[in-house]
Amino acid sequence: MPEPMLALAGVNTHIGQYHILQGVDFEVPRGGLTMLLGRNGAGKTTCLRTIMGLWRASAGSIRYDGAEVTRLATPALARMGIAYVPENMGIFAGLTVRENLLLAAREGELDERRLAWIFQLFPALQKFWNSLAGNLSGGQKQMLAISRAIAEPRQLLLVDEPTKGLAPAIIANIIEAFRELKRTGTTMLVVEQNFHFARSLGDTVAVMDSGRIVHSGAMAEVAEDEALQTRLLGLSLEAHQ
Amino acid sequence: MNAAPRADWTPLALVAALALGAIALIPSMPTWVTLTVAGLAMGMMIFLMASGLTLVFGLMDVMNFAHGAFIAVGAYAASSVLLAMKPSMQATSVLANLSAMLPAALAAVALAGALGLFFERVVIRPVYRDHLKQILVTMGGLIVCEQLIHVVWGPDIIPLPRPATFTGAFTLGDAAIERYRVFAVLVGLAVFAAMWLVLNRTRLGLLIRAGVENPEMVESLGYRIRRLFVGVFAAGSALAGLGGAMWGMYQESVNAQMGMQMLVVIFIVIIIGGMGSVGGCFVGSLLVGLMANYTGYLAPKLALGSNILLMVLVLLWRPRGLYPVGSA
Repeated sequence: MPEPMLALAGVNTHIGQYHILQGVDFEVPRGGLTMLLGRNGAGKTTCLRTIMGLWRASAGSIRYDGAEVTRLATPALARMGIAYVPENMGIFAGLTVRENLLLAAREGELDERRLAWIFQLFPALQKFWNSLAGNLSGGQKQMLAISRAIAEPRQLLLVDEPTKGLAPAIIANIIEAFRELKRTGTTMLVVEQNFHFARSLGDTVAVMDSGRIVHSGAMAEVAEDEALQTRLLGLSLEAHQ
Repeated sequence: MNAAPRADWTPLALVAALALGAIALIPSMPTWVTLTVAGLAMGMMIFLMASGLTLVFGLMDVMNFAHGAFIAVGAYAASSVLLAMKPSMQATSVLANLSAMLPAALAAVALAGALGLFFERVVIRPVYRDHLKQILVTMGGLIVCEQLIHVVWGPDIIPLPRPATFTGAFTLGDAAIERYRVFAVLVGLAVFAAMWLVLNRTRLGLLIRAGVENPEMVESLGYRIRRLFVGVFAAGSALAGLGGAMWGMYQESVNAQMGMQMLVVIFIVIIIGGMGSVGGCFVGSLLVGLMANYTGYLAPKLALGSNILLMVLVLLWRPRGLYPVGSA
């Protein structure tokens, strides 16, 4: 069995006096899209931020591409090929769309072919190329945040709730973009509340509750078992659609 | 692809409106010209002192009251050089005067910058993310620096005569315009232009602007924001030192408390401009400088309160300052 792109073992995270992650164990297979699901407050965002080094794990191990990275700082992880799209998208509102993307090109120049590919995925960005990012709509900001994460080839993409508050047409655009990213072999770990979105894209799934992984496995297994969905996520797929 | 975003000129128009509005209240045109130039000169010197602090706040969310110490140390360093080069200062040649002022400015920049580096490492670094501790330790640091200035340079006010060719005034019609004030305006404009170019035309500037908005995201893109911050902190301290040297020559004396005395005005300027915005800091400095001079002439008792009133009015209009940083 090939080594997973990302493996968490017994990861604990404390934020101040709060013990948020309480021994998280799961793996993200190479080249696939893993959905991290769970109710509000389950610890999903903390999990992504801990992987990205934005919050330090107080115990446990995080292995990325075969290397121990638990103690590495965020910039070092980014340079190893991990990209992060936070829940608030983290775009630089006072910079233009072009400048936002330019920052992602650490050598200082954007690759023309890759840029053309990004414009194919998200045509709106080309239209607003020189506009201030702060003036974009919510959906366009999300497109920009994802584009910035993939402006250079990345091995692992961490995305926190990419569909939150977005119109169905934009969500469809993002689904297509993620499918294209899967085709290029990019490994993705996506936190999501929208089960329909998760089911349509996920290869594997990990479900969190109260700072622990309570289920992990193939997405198809959860998608086909309504009782399991209700038990794990407190919803029925029909109700959520 | 559409055109570049349009700049927001309204705050700059406010400066012009303030200056033009004062014409109606000041009966004599020469007096208005003199006050306006004095206000612009004062504003430029405040900008030199405040611009570094606004970037430091924006980039790392650090409230650094010790910034006043960099102003005072810069002024003292410059005074030491200028007093040691008295013959050059008293010569009636601009070149001779500049040959003393340039090393004095370099000494101010170097000493204040070095002190800034020391402060960042020893005082600021242990208290990141804790505003209360930042206020306490940086205020303490400011007091310690003032006492150290007394130890090194003595407790007395040091008189600092202006260079010979920068003393006196031009006359423009019936208006008298002090030469040193024109010089201060030119230096302020040059520093602002240099900062604008660095921030808007270089990759370093792009990183600083992004870091001011969202340092965590800059780190997530693979940049070490701490290195950037240390550089900006040192540069900001050095600029404060230059501002202190200019202010010392403007006041024709230096004292250990001059940095602390300027802090209130500096914080008003930073808040008016929008915390973290260099452009806002520039416009805010001009507004404060002009307001202080106009009210000093029209209603001297309101001079200090007028800047607070200005801040209140600006915040009622734009609650996050003239040029708010980042509003995604």
